[in-house]
Amino acid sequence: METNFWQKELEAIDREALNKLQLKLLKESVQSALKTQFYKTRLQKAGIKSADDIKSLKDLEKIPFTSKDDLREGYPYGFLAVDLDDVVRLHTSSGTTGIPTVIYHTKTDLDNWSDLVARSIVATGASKKDVFQNMMSYGMFTGGLGLHYGAERVGMTVIPAGPGNTKRQMQLMKDFRTTVIHITPSYLLHIGSKLEELGFSLKDFALKKAYCGAEPYSENTRKKLEKLFAIDVYNSYGLSEMNGPGVAFECVYKNGMHTWEDNYIMEIIDPKTGKNLGEEKEGELVFTTLRRHATPLLRYRSRDLAFIYKGLCKCKRTHRRISRITGRSDDMLIVNGVNVFPSQIEEVIMRVPEVGTNYQVYLEKEGALDKLIVKVEIYSKMFKGEITELDRLKLRIIDNLRASIVLTPIVELHEPGSLPVFEGKAKRVVDQRIKI
Amino acid sequence: MAQEVNVFVDNRPGRLRSVAEVLSENNINVRTMTLQDRGEFGLMKLIVDKPEQANLALVDKGFASALKDILAISIDDKPGSFLKLADIFLKSKINILDAYGFVIQSNKEAVFCVEVKDIPAMKKILAKEGFKVLDEELYEF
Repeated sequence: METNFWQKELEAIDREALNKLQLKLLKESVQSALKTQFYKTRLQKAGIKSADDIKSLKDLEKIPFTSKDDLREGYPYGFLAVDLDDVVRLHTSSGTTGIPTVIYHTKTDLDNWSDLVARSIVATGASKKDVFQNMMSYGMFTGGLGLHYGAERVGMTVIPAGPGNTKRQMQLMKDFRTTVIHITPSYLLHIGSKLEELGFSLKDFALKKAYCGAEPYSENTRKKLEKLFAIDVYNSYGLSEMNGPGVAFECVYKNGMHTWEDNYIMEIIDPKTGKNLGEEKEGELVFTTLRRHATPLLRYRSRDLAFIYKGLCKCKRTHRRISRITGRSDDMLIVNGVNVFPSQIEEVIMRVPEVGTNYQVYLEKEGALDKLIVKVEIYSKMFKGEITELDRLKLRIIDNLRASIVLTPIVELHEPGSLPVFEGKAKRVVDQRIKI
Repeated sequence: MAQEVNVFVDNRPGRLRSVAEVLSENNINVRTMTLQDRGEFGLMKLIVDKPEQANLALVDKGFASALKDILAISIDDKPGSFLKLADIFLKSKINILDAYGFVIQSNKEAVFCVEVKDIPAMKKILAKEGFKVLDEELYEF
């Protein structure tokens, strides 16, 4: 198989040189982190007063972990390492408690991000000759803009379609001979199931590749999708705290995702003890940014579970590969590609006086798509016997939830005391989705 | 003022029975009942002989239950009388939120129960048009 590179000197760098580069960049990251309100205190407490206190990559372990809670605490400016004038973009994401997190980017940061995505695209064998239809959300969600900029950098013809409107997606794919798409696996399954119904057939398309990310799916589903569309499906991994997509991506060999290690130091830790697990053992992914100027993050705990493959890939990239994400070390749910914490739902429910404090979250599949059902109990003392009030109440809860979790749930009202009472909050979630 | 007992019930087997059981235990007689369906739940509207007692008993058993004022309009149980009443609603431009009816005495008297926003205003109009609005007598015919 042919291997194409975007930045060959960096992608095929030998391990020793990569380690050296990582150390140099880590020192720079620590130096710029020390300019932020958050790390100034955090690092000094850990005995790190300047970049000179980092003498080898082993010294990384002296640096305490950074968590999502830390990011929330530092909102909005606690993690900003540059002058606001040098920031050209920011992405926020909703948090579990209503307090969002924010990542800033300088122009150089966006350039680097685009290069990482360009590397990823080229690694799959795509090039400027391809027509790229981006079916991920644009806006605060990093999936849309991240791939968009990378695809433009490669020189592909980019169709910024965004998600949804299946018939129009198919029409665009047909009219412009789309060869590469970026999509959630469940939406790709959905498109597959709607093809005939909407008057299209595979012969109408010129599709060759799909980049799938934002939600977990199995190897079996990949095979199914590849057969269904007669294409190659590549796994993509990213998280907004590390820019978004372009953290790790599969090459033509489709055997694990190469993490761009000249941009991120990756560790796998035991989520309970924080101990480094090395290669081949499943644990929580921890990342340190190496080239991000506006928001350097050190040892950020992703909460995503995976393992690192041993050995080199046939594509000759020296950057190590990670497995699919096998789960989460917290209770985060992924619903149609959107991250949702049960506590976000709880927080909304608690603010509605007409319903009780007990609730339940159901996740079901409707075709290939996820359905989020939030069941709440009517609070007897606030009940006035008016059906119109109940209708309005339901709409209000839906609106409030939509504002918090960026998804439109189904809300069900139930009798007081009819929902099971749980002690642990994770048990309030009943996930009846069949794993795809 | 006539009142109906409005009970919130989940749409699953056995809930209707649970309401019926509470009413039976408290020796309450049901005159009529309707159900407004909303998928996962419904709103049961009951005309009973002892509304206050029924409501308290249901609340006591953990139900979301409430009393609601309604207009119980007595009409003749014969062809054309319903039209006469409907004409008054049309003329007065008062919007009906919910309505149901039942016969009190065959071929003699029926009752039309309506929910409207402004009950006193509607009551005035009905009185002017010579309609009888039932209060307590609704429960004890």
